[in-house]
Amino acid sequence: MSASTIALALALGLATGVLSGLFGVGGGILFVPILLALGLGQLEAQATSLLAILPTVAAGAWNQRRYGNLRVRTALIVGLASVVGVEIGARIATALPEDTLRRLFAVLLFAVAAQLVWRTVRARPRYPDSP
Amino acid sequence: MRLVAIGLAAGVFSALFGVGGGIAAVPLLILLTHLPERVATATSLGAIGITAFAGVIAYAARGEVDVGYAALVGLPAAAGALMGTSLQQRITTSMLTYGFALLLTGVGVRLLWP
Repeated sequence: MSASTIALALALGLATGVLSGLFGVGGGILFVPILLALGLGQLEAQATSLLAILPTVAAGAWNQRRYGNLRVRTALIVGLASVVGVEIGARIATALPEDTLRRLFAVLLFAVAAQLVWRTVRARPRYPDSP
Repeated sequence: MRLVAIGLAAGVFSALFGVGGGIAAVPLLILLTHLPERVATATSLGAIGITAFAGVIAYAARGEVDVGYAALVGLPAAAGALMGTSLQQRITTSMLTYGFALLLTGVGVRLLWP
């Protein structure tokens, strides 16, 4: 890893954190393409992204808790139930060819983009005067 | 029960794509439990902590996790997330959101046609 690669990774990481906090997306959708660009394979990038997410969500959740937005009990139930889903997802991802996985990921990005627009459009008329 | 279903869906999404699962959890929380957007996002962050941790263990067992790279992008991202969530309380994000959606679409196109 060259010094410029490290600098680039650090800068992209910081930008990812800001965007993830701002838009409430975990950061993984940006970590995966970044890690791919840094030379990791699709499956390796996805697995590494999950570890990279941890400090980000810990910081984000802690901050949101201070603002009183975090419902701890709800988060615990959803989080614990997700553990079963994780094992299923990991099995599917491992079984798929990496090329297919990359294409699926691209489709996911389109879906997230559409969803962000939908959430914004939906939130607007309801709270016309909110900042 | 709804929360368990949301968790399951988020978990599959998370491990399948290497993302937090908020992509699935946030809209489901809004639609099925009627939490306000900001509360749903924040609560999903809490759940993702558990989801991603489980994902790391599942993938580490398969030898796919690169700790060095994870630290390189993950640690500055944590600092960025603090700025981002603080910023979210203060600014209107609709224009920014459209810009971000455009960025994601661009990355998706690049992945499909490298």
